[in-house]
Amino acid sequence: MKLRSFSLHLYGESSEFWSARFGAIPVEPPFKMHYTSQVSPELNQLPGAQPARKDLAQAPETALEKSESDLVAAAKAGNNEAFDELVNRYEKKIYRLALRLTGNTEDAEDVLQETFLKAFEHLPDFRQDSRFYTWLVRIAVNEGLMKLRKRRSDKSEPLEDAVDDEGQVMPREFRDWKPNPEQQMSQEEMEQILLNAAQSLPASLRAVFFLRDVEELSTEETAEMLNLTTGAVKARLFRARLQLREELSKVFKESKP
Amino acid sequence: MTCKEAFQEISKYLDGELAEDFKHILEEHLCKCAHCKVVFDTTHKVIELYCDGKLFPMPDLVRTRLHEALRRKYREKAL
Repeated sequence: MKLRSFSLHLYGESSEFWSARFGAIPVEPPFKMHYTSQVSPELNQLPGAQPARKDLAQAPETALEKSESDLVAAAKAGNNEAFDELVNRYEKKIYRLALRLTGNTEDAEDVLQETFLKAFEHLPDFRQDSRFYTWLVRIAVNEGLMKLRKRRSDKSEPLEDAVDDEGQVMPREFRDWKPNPEQQMSQEEMEQILLNAAQSLPASLRAVFFLRDVEELSTEETAEMLNLTTGAVKARLFRARLQLREELSKVFKESKP
Repeated sequence: MTCKEAFQEISKYLDGELAEDFKHILEEHLCKCAHCKVVFDTTHKVIELYCDGKLFPMPDLVRTRLHEALRRKYREKAL
């Protein structure tokens, strides 16, 4: 029942509702593209989808990565300065991930510290068959989800298991956004809006979105990290993107339809 | 392609996971349907906003406390 009510709450409109709505969509050939600066020129030149993110997972090994291997080897051999260098390299990214995931600075700082302290402690177990950063992300996500589970037990966090991977997700808001919303407000305002929207997602959707779209992990890496099937990762990523879009549309949509 | 079908494919399209022929069908639909184009553009924008590397900077004090905690850990290990 929980699954059902979650789905209904978000996108529970009947098929009659959607057919009525789609029937009302104005289609005027030839379609006049309404371009704003919010999409890249490449995307506006359909056909030819440009991924919204670079897929670094596919990047060839670089000098930077080789240097990372050297640092990890030195740190494993007991060189704390080498470990410090690894911390310096990734601390900002891990903090950002932790803050986006937990939604508050206090928990983010705890997750940051626990991530690097555990990484130091378990460094002898790191087999270097993945990137050091991916290993850090795995620790950070585990720590972050533990924080969220604890919060859930305090009854303030949406239930993780209320995610229905089979249910259909449909958009409700069709109004375009104001151009460049990030230029129309302070950085602090924008950060708060993004955090609030992310917090509206169940934790497991949030984790999938940040791992795939922000940390740029592959579907397989994300699935393995969150103990999900690749199908569930794809379904949750789709759901997370659309739900974030609905939440952010409330803030960024044009005032006139 | 109906709007309902298009919505289900937008995420795959953004990830470059759609087969070439299906991609063209979706692109044709996006060129004709203003509502689906808005959904596509704003979904793409969501990803862009969250990927903005300037947002969520780590405060200096947070960094200082992290490195203090690490120093303590190094000392514990050395004992």
